[in-house]
Amino acid sequence: MDILTIVLVVLVAFLAGVESILDQFQFHQPIICCTLMGLVSGNLEAGILLGGTLQMMALGWANVGAAIAPDAALASVGSSIVMILALEGGNVAVADAIVTSIAVATPVSVAGTGLSMIGRTIAIPMVHAMDKAAETANFKMIEFWHWAAITMQGVKVAIPALALCFVAPDAVEAAMTAMPVWLVNGMAVGGGMVAAVGYAMVINLMASKEVWPFFALGFIVAIIGEITLIGLGVIGVSLALVFITLKEAGSAGSGSVDALGDILDDY
Amino acid sequence: MTQERIVLTKKDRRAVATRHQFLQASWNYERMQNGGWCFAIIPAIKRLYPNKDDQIAALKRHLEFYNTQPYCSAPVMGVTLALEEERANGANVDDSAIQGVKIGMMGPLAGVGDPVFWFTARPIIGALAASLAMDGSIVGPILFFVLWNVMRYAFIFYTQEMGYNLGTTITKDLSGGLLGKITTGASVLGMFIIGGLVQRWVNISISADILVNKDSGATLQAQIDALTPGLLGLLVTLGCCWLLKKKVSPIVIILGLFVVGIVGTLVNIF
Repeated sequence: MDILTIVLVVLVAFLAGVESILDQFQFHQPIICCTLMGLVSGNLEAGILLGGTLQMMALGWANVGAAIAPDAALASVGSSIVMILALEGGNVAVADAIVTSIAVATPVSVAGTGLSMIGRTIAIPMVHAMDKAAETANFKMIEFWHWAAITMQGVKVAIPALALCFVAPDAVEAAMTAMPVWLVNGMAVGGGMVAAVGYAMVINLMASKEVWPFFALGFIVAIIGEITLIGLGVIGVSLALVFITLKEAGSAGSGSVDALGDILDDY
Repeated sequence: MTQERIVLTKKDRRAVATRHQFLQASWNYERMQNGGWCFAIIPAIKRLYPNKDDQIAALKRHLEFYNTQPYCSAPVMGVTLALEEERANGANVDDSAIQGVKIGMMGPLAGVGDPVFWFTARPIIGALAASLAMDGSIVGPILFFVLWNVMRYAFIFYTQEMGYNLGTTITKDLSGGLLGKITTGASVLGMFIIGGLVQRWVNISISADILVNKDSGATLQAQIDALTPGLLGLLVTLGCCWLLKKKVSPIVIILGLFVVGIVGTLVNIF
């Protein structure tokens, strides 16, 4: 990679790091991050493909409760850089580069958990500095420490990205071309299944007796290929509205819950 | 009526909403989102309290512990702005009242914000955009970015305005079943869509070399598809649910699936 590309790649990684804590503009989501990485390295289309593929796997990745998901920012940044390096020589097919870079980078993103813990600890003395600035109503100083904290979060991802940029492209390319077909195909098969983990996290968070039937409905309706995702969304929203209305009606008219009982009582 | 009432202008409130987007920047294990909250409310403090001692007191009370879903923090901010405005105009609103409202609202709002935004809205918009991107279309990423951010900022600004206009009466609305309804609705929609995503995007197909009937050449995969297309993906997903419930780390499961894929391909199952 030339210097300009490295600078831009590190900048995109910085944004991803910032967003991994803010979770607002979504620069850490694969579909955005990988696309930007592709753009700055001249592999726009490969970046979009990688972003779309990784996004599908990462749909349910969010840290809620005890389950800590792989870090979307590191997975996106890591897989993008590996892919860029692999494509540099021109001897690796884009599809293979995507599959292998995801398989390589996703496990590495486990490091994100550790990095995130470090970042959230380093922020403690920073808010102590804010406390101190508050004593004298020093607005500027409070703002300074807030920006310092967010910069620290960006650097947290930018540094590993910078290090990764200096891996020799030849080595990455050689490793990828040397991979036997079964390994590449096997990683593709694994990648096809990995989306299940994200979905499972969502299911475990939301599932209750009353909403499981909707999962079954969604699964079966999706078999009909003509229904687009937007179509599925429309059906889902309609079902949700109907369900809420019925549930409310059910709890309002308490006498009608046991219809047979009512009839028997009347009899 | 000796003094003119100090009010927050729309510009002030917009400045707070814009800064509120950086709520989590200084997220820390000690008091979590306190720094970001204080950072966000600074324009309001400057407007409401010309006196330095009042400013110091305000900054300190807004550096207390705080943590909620970052978007659902907006209505809390709205109510807090209304309370601070009352206080600045001489009403008897003490520190514990303000902290009480913040703490009282943040729990229920986090409870609805996580499922609605992280587990319903983002997977749905993400899946839609990703399916476009997987065809190599730039529309996918652009759609995701624009749709998400327009929706997000509109939510942050308008729910803050709602909180500001309604003041503490909003807390009654929230406990009056509104949040419960939103959560139920999001769960129904979310589960429905996830069901669909599992069918379409958890891809496993068994090698065509594996036959159930040697004479007719019927493959096992064809037999499974005849039952329900996507059945294997469903089984893998439910298996993941079970493993997660058993406290197996998602990262371990992901690694495991790659290993299964590679070994399975090596021995020609897939």
